[in-house]
Amino acid sequence: MADDTRPTTSSANGPSSERRPMRSGPGGPGGREGGGGRKYFRRKKVCKFCVEKIEAINYKDVRLLAQFVAESGKITPRRLTGVCTPHQRRLSSAIKQARNIALLPFAGRAS
Amino acid sequence: MNRTYEVMFIVRPDMTEEDQDKLISTLEAAVTSSGGLVKNVEKMGKRRLAYAVRRFHDGMYILLTFEGSGGLVHELERRLRVTEPVIKFLSVRIDEEQKRLDKIKAIKEARRKAPPAPAPAETTGEAPVVTA
Repeated sequence: MADDTRPTTSSANGPSSERRPMRSGPGGPGGREGGGGRKYFRRKKVCKFCVEKIEAINYKDVRLLAQFVAESGKITPRRLTGVCTPHQRRLSSAIKQARNIALLPFAGRAS
Repeated sequence: MNRTYEVMFIVRPDMTEEDQDKLISTLEAAVTSSGGLVKNVEKMGKRRLAYAVRRFHDGMYILLTFEGSGGLVHELERRLRVTEPVIKFLSVRIDEEQKRLDKIKAIKEARRKAPPAPAPAETTGEAPVVTA
């Protein structure tokens, strides 16, 4: 009787290639990937500016801008805050202007 | 000739009120003499700076909005650079942004004046009272 030490790759356990979590799930969660292949749908984040219809993002209102800046002073990425692209661009330039006029720090608690 | 600029500058905190006013009037005179128009001057008060500028940790913020040509803002910046109490300045052109905002506002107004869909306001008095 032949000694079969070869591991059987039959379909008894099911193909092992599917155990990897799939990226963009069925249809994609609103076209945005989660933070590194987690659940399919990541609780659709909406753009705060689109919802509240804030048209002008001024470098002068520090309170609004500070919501999108991390503790270290870095601008938080769009995928974490859920801001849409045109608003993120305007927000980014407003934050940079505010940094230049010392309303926001360049680097806070250096992380 | 009708570009609108906004210049925000920071003055050292130990400057007296009258010196500030003197500085502001000098700048205003420079604007009007070159054919500009001062829209607004706003003193935003003393604020804590986010980082030390020339060894100062606080500063008086002053905002000057005016209309003028590009050469005028260049001249104003030159003056601010030379003025000793001014420790930082930032000039922003705002007429394009204003145009965009006005356009959006106009669209909103037009949409409000002529509502496209009939507003569903007749929902009162129709709720059936359910007694269990």
